[in-house]
Amino acid sequence: MKTHNKSQDFDDIKSLDKIATGIEGFEHISMGGLTEGRTTLIVGSSGSGKTMFAVEFLYRGITTFNRNGVFITFEERPREIVRNVKTLGWDLGKLVKQKRLIFLDASPEPEHVEETGSYDLSGLVVQIKHAIEKVGAKLLVMDSIGSLFDQFTNTGLIRQEIFRITDIFKDMGITAIITAERLQEYGTISRYGIEEFVSDNVIIIRNVLEEEKCRRTIQVLKVRGNTHYKGEFPFTITDSGINIIPLSAMELKQSSSTQRISFGNAKLDEMTNGGLFQDSITLASGPTGSGKTLLCATFTAEACKKGEKILLLAFEESRAQLIRNATGWNVDFQNWEKAGLLKIICHYPEAMGLEDHLLNIRRAVAEFKPRRLIMDSVSAMERVANVRLFREFVIGLTSFVKQEEICSLFTSTTPKLSGGDSITEAHISTITDAIILMRYVEINGILRRGIAVIKMRGSQHDKQVREFTIDGKGLHIGEPFKNVHNIILGIATHGGLSESEHLDEMFEH
Amino acid sequence: MRYNLKLYTAGNAANSLRAVKNLDRFVTKYIPNNCDIEIIDILKDPHMAFDNNIIAVPALVKTAPGPSRKIIGDLSEIEKVLEGLGINPKNKKINEGI
Repeated sequence: MKTHNKSQDFDDIKSLDKIATGIEGFEHISMGGLTEGRTTLIVGSSGSGKTMFAVEFLYRGITTFNRNGVFITFEERPREIVRNVKTLGWDLGKLVKQKRLIFLDASPEPEHVEETGSYDLSGLVVQIKHAIEKVGAKLLVMDSIGSLFDQFTNTGLIRQEIFRITDIFKDMGITAIITAERLQEYGTISRYGIEEFVSDNVIIIRNVLEEEKCRRTIQVLKVRGNTHYKGEFPFTITDSGINIIPLSAMELKQSSSTQRISFGNAKLDEMTNGGLFQDSITLASGPTGSGKTLLCATFTAEACKKGEKILLLAFEESRAQLIRNATGWNVDFQNWEKAGLLKIICHYPEAMGLEDHLLNIRRAVAEFKPRRLIMDSVSAMERVANVRLFREFVIGLTSFVKQEEICSLFTSTTPKLSGGDSITEAHISTITDAIILMRYVEINGILRRGIAVIKMRGSQHDKQVREFTIDGKGLHIGEPFKNVHNIILGIATHGGLSESEHLDEMFEH
Repeated sequence: MRYNLKLYTAGNAANSLRAVKNLDRFVTKYIPNNCDIEIIDILKDPHMAFDNNIIAVPALVKTAPGPSRKIIGDLSEIEKVLEGLGINPKNKKINEGI
């Protein structure tokens, strides 16, 4: 039993620290991890990934941070839990043998247990203390607590005992996770209202079916003693465990680099007043066939010539197509690939969910460590997700490449040949640092191509719409169009205005 | 066939003390001279709780005869103890091992 100290001496009280869980992305959204020496309640519907989170917390805690753990299971048998994560290469059995992990099996008895008169959970309490001491545990998991209410009829007593147990954790300095079932994804936090008496820290895990796709999210509802990011963050479960995608939690650093990077085209560098910034994102937008892929090839060749690694993510064309196209412009992708400067990844947008795409990109970046990145095209992703998911994807991607200071070129295909808005642009234009528009311009029945830099954060830029041509050597930017209106905003029309009037019309000052 | 009963208790907790008393009364009445009782205080021997998976206390476990059975609580309801242990009070011969 705990004795209450009645003295008014509070000198021994320390502020609450957080300890890392090792679960990818969790430290970021919780701003440091779980509260040390406290119990965190994780609630979620059946199949939402609670047990997975709990197991990974222990596994990472033991293997990465050398903190031993106790796993108390109220539902599944320890054997099942060990088996379930074996496919991930997590050998819990070995940790048990090494006395770094101990299971406490409190799963329901196969036979009905008769209750006669008053009882309490002293057995569980004694077992927990015993297990903690046996391995010198710092971490503990109770999964899932709801089952206790099904095993015993006196729910009032169970609440009281859970409270007693969390109090013991506090006294022993144990950082614990208790998982609890909830019946709906939104609404009451947990069955039996456990959160009200258990814990200062609550995390909600959801698995919602959205447009025929499962979407897993995690939300830090409250954490005592510190701040955390609010809102739901998507996560996936992969062969490396739980991967939380921090999205909006990522710090959006403003461009700070003054180093300029050449586009690989002298005229385009001139239009951007000296090239792109190292940590910037450029969006190239235009209808199909307007020269975006060529722009990508130009950018790629320039990077490789400078000896900088570049990652090319292609979502519209196959590898063979990309290589053939580039060869047509005298750019040898295969050669750069062999030199280890270029890595091409082709995926169909439909191949997986956006979270998984984002995760793959992050992994590829972590592995290849490119200085530049091309995504051709971002707009291809629109068709596999709803607007909200797409927005999250774009934010996640842009903030990630910014964080890594990778000079990135994204392309966006406009739905109409004459230009106009696309969803991509609506969501991405405020995030990107530079925007290059490529458009068809019809003049006197002849189709020509126009290019303009309409945004260049942190720098002056050319405000004219210039004509460009494509040949076997690549992209050639020429003189500004004269006396043509509305190239960017719609159907170009030829007018009798002088050039200065034309500019005034086109851009509001 | 002798009865083999193990009673798990937690120190001097009121329900544990009651369980000891109730079990004594129960055995004397229904299965006199035909029973081995072991009382295990899990506060003194925590590993006994761990090894035998004792969650709720007091807990009475019958290991013989027949299949193992568990009852929890202070054993204050005789009917339930009889049912839980699978003892028919009318079957005096079997109960008393005569």
